[in-house]
Amino acid sequence: MRFRIYRYDPEKDAKPYLQDFDVALDPHDRMLLDALVRLKAVDDTVAFRRSCREGVCGSDAMNINGKNGLACVTNLKTLTEPVVLKPLPGLPVIRDLIVDMSQFFKQYHSIKPYLVNDTPPPEKERLQSPEEREELDGLYECILCACCSTACPSFWWNPDKFVGPAGLLQAYRFIADSRDLATNERLDNLEDPYRLFRCHSIMNCVDVCPKGLNPTLQIGRIKEVMLKRAV
Amino acid sequence: MVNLAARHVVGAHYGLRDWLVQRVTAVVMLLWTLVVLGALMWNGGFDHASWKALWAGEFFRLLSFLFVASVLWHAWVGVRNITMDYLKPVALRLTVQSAVVAVLVLYLGWTLRILWGAGA
Repeated sequence: MRFRIYRYDPEKDAKPYLQDFDVALDPHDRMLLDALVRLKAVDDTVAFRRSCREGVCGSDAMNINGKNGLACVTNLKTLTEPVVLKPLPGLPVIRDLIVDMSQFFKQYHSIKPYLVNDTPPPEKERLQSPEEREELDGLYECILCACCSTACPSFWWNPDKFVGPAGLLQAYRFIADSRDLATNERLDNLEDPYRLFRCHSIMNCVDVCPKGLNPTLQIGRIKEVMLKRAV
Repeated sequence: MVNLAARHVVGAHYGLRDWLVQRVTAVVMLLWTLVVLGALMWNGGFDHASWKALWAGEFFRLLSFLFVASVLWHAWVGVRNITMDYLKPVALRLTVQSAVVAVLVLYLGWTLRILWGAGA
């Protein structure tokens, strides 16, 4: 199978370039990551991140034939040759398919991704009703692979100011949590023409999310809560 | 040089109104369009006579003023968004935004003249 891979080693290369590889696949190879691991045997200088190889850790997010996705859950049969692999768009490239995610995680941390509740903790745990727990479905599943945020033009243009779909999805995850008491502070933190309102609902995030989540919907819900508070 | 990116992140405490205004003005524009189409069809067609009759009514002129005001406010939010995304130097952005506001206000004055000025 033919692959065309983005190569860039800042210590050696003046400019990034695309390199073609022909990889002999094993009949048992199913996913793109299997092929990349085989490719490692052909040329061990090709750099990419991987870990769980089952769509849970979010390490092997990359741009596959023009669309962001996880190599480990992308079936080889769905890909047309040559399979063009590039790093996630909009983030600084460290080497080949590995990007610097600092900006992405900075935005994630800026929404305080943890429960804020200053009331004395109960003996065992803070309980939720099944309905309250259901509110978190479609939110907690995010693996922070950055496929969505790096597919978002608003994040490309303003990565330092716009929280991005992944961060906003997590922001709503804590706004929606019945155990969290910091909703007003969270809304204050997001009420900003850049941090939240750079989202123009073009839904690239929904298109690429490998976990089938819908950040656009959840961003809309943040705006709804904000509206309820304001009018 | 003040490096804002290094400071604690807080919201600027605005943005909701612009977002809301864009949606409300869009609804106003849609309603006005439906009223115009409905009135023309009700009055028997898209000819000059029914067009003129429509604009003779004071209520329709007021409604049209609301429509143009909505278009202009809607346009302001949209163009401002574009400048925020694509014009990075603050001086350039401020200049363009100021020019856009000036032109939109001029359009509003022009609309008043067309709707209620001499010859209307």
